[in-house]
Amino acid sequence: MPFTDVPTIEAVKLTKRYGSFEAVSDLNIKIEGAKCVGFLGPNGAGKTTTLKMFTDLIRPSSGEALINGINVHTNKKAALASAAALIETPEIYPSLTPREGLSMIAEIRGVPATEIKKRIEEAVAEVHMDEWIDKRVGRFSKGMKQRIVIASALLSDPQILFLDEPTTGLDPRGMSEVRDIVKSLKSKKRLIFMSSHILSEVSDVCDEVAMIDHGKLIVYNTISNVTAKFAGGNNVVEVGLSRSIDGSILSKNILSLSGVVNAERVDDRNLKITYGGGLDAQERLLNDLVKLNIGVVSFKVASSELEEAYLKLITATL
Amino acid sequence: MTELNSEAKNVVPSSMAQVVTTMKYSLLDYLRGRRFFIMLIITALISILLTVLVGYYRPALFLADNLAFYNSWWGTSVTFVVVLSAIFFGGDAISGEFQNKTGYFGVPNPIRRSSIYIGKWLAAFVASAVMLGIFTAVTLGNGLYYFSSVPYQFGESFLFALFYMVAVLGFTFFFSSLFKSSSMSILVTAILFLFVFTLLNTLIVALVKIEPWFLINYGANIIGSVLMSPYPPHKTITAGVGFRGQPTTTTTFYASIPEGLAIMGIYFLVTAIIGLILFERKEFT
Repeated sequence: MPFTDVPTIEAVKLTKRYGSFEAVSDLNIKIEGAKCVGFLGPNGAGKTTTLKMFTDLIRPSSGEALINGINVHTNKKAALASAAALIETPEIYPSLTPREGLSMIAEIRGVPATEIKKRIEEAVAEVHMDEWIDKRVGRFSKGMKQRIVIASALLSDPQILFLDEPTTGLDPRGMSEVRDIVKSLKSKKRLIFMSSHILSEVSDVCDEVAMIDHGKLIVYNTISNVTAKFAGGNNVVEVGLSRSIDGSILSKNILSLSGVVNAERVDDRNLKITYGGGLDAQERLLNDLVKLNIGVVSFKVASSELEEAYLKLITATL
Repeated sequence: MTELNSEAKNVVPSSMAQVVTTMKYSLLDYLRGRRFFIMLIITALISILLTVLVGYYRPALFLADNLAFYNSWWGTSVTFVVVLSAIFFGGDAISGEFQNKTGYFGVPNPIRRSSIYIGKWLAAFVASAVMLGIFTAVTLGNGLYYFSSVPYQFGESFLFALFYMVAVLGFTFFFSSLFKSSSMSILVTAILFLFVFTLLNTLIVALVKIEPWFLINYGANIIGSVLMSPYPPHKTITAGVGFRGQPTTTTTFYASIPEGLAIMGIYFLVTAIIGLILFERKEFT
């Protein structure tokens, strides 16, 4: 049964050797449920190698890559039926149009024939490539191709999505759109495993983070726990407001909230709040801020905290 | 985007259906590509050149009789069309998946690599067969113009040419799986078929004086031999005075039809299977 109620990916002693070099070493990780997990690490840490082992692009030297409990390398068709991937920057056959390239993937993945046309048009519209749907891919820029490949990953409405630096090659608008797509997938109860070098991107869209270095898993936890543990014991959140607030609210009401260590104004409509504790404290803080009726419109873990944790955990590259 | 219902998600097609899908879109890519157009021009050029030369010079060898015409026209040229088509469409069919990164688009899907390999092989076969079809049509057109009938042996020869195409494509897919560079796989296959096998055939027959039953182009000789009447046996000619007064002996070997089919069949099976195993094991690094 490729589709389950709780999407799961699991690496069991997953190892990839190239001669004496171990690109991925005895990796054990189990990710369950609808969430976005950022996969971080320096160049050559083994991120892409891991993702490739989950998608049959390379074979593990030992260990298993499981999708919903199914081994990718012994039962690829069943394992990947519920997953889609965007690894590196794939190319579509240059003489095909996006409509044809996506039709190929839709047919391979078994999207019902009656739905293919509609699904393709929706997926292409989602990546804002509607105007190009019947033009040949060979003439597209790298960013345009990347958008089409993202559309192909969305086509079959996969339960699990592997993304390898999905915003690479995209312009700022494209990057923002991809983040929005990932966020919308999260809300549709999808599991997204995404490698990235952009820490702000990870803290923006992901709930959890796995860090890998020299092929070994260093940490896997929620972003707030990782930043709390490795970035000075406190978490920092960036809070966006719909309106400017009085300085007294900051000093009296916000600073007096339970767990809050520090609060400062970034600009008229953005605050930076340092607080102690994990996810429970984060949830409580958000509730308290909303109750203050100060116009909270966004609330996210500060990427600088994730960066601090990253730099402490990943001591040297290569 | 709307969501699919869960029943719809679970229906991944059979491997056979996925082979057909891969073939369909690979063929579409071939037919629209510059490469198809170039091969079309080459086939047209060979056809036009033969038509003009035979029409203008009226060579006796061509026009002696019906069978001689097909032997001279088709028997000497068709293997070239077959080899070129196979190199054009199969030379980088698999290596291109790595070098051009198209494999990153297709492979991470619920499809066996063997389905991709077979689908691409079939697409290359159909594209090559289109070229063979064009050359066959021109040959038949000229043949009917000069002799108003087609010998049954031409039908046999056509089928042998088609079988040779199968074997050559097996070989090109093997090299295409062996290399990750498209130009390398195309170059090696072209050098082998256009020069090395011919040279080996000549050297083995002339120097070692054994039947080169292990060479694919020797097996392919049945395409021309079947257009001779009677079907030629091995011939040994002793003529003149050679080195230190010894007579010179030259043997011309002709593969029988079962031998030729066996040679081509074995070449196809061995190379296509090894090529498939290589592709199954090859990594997108």
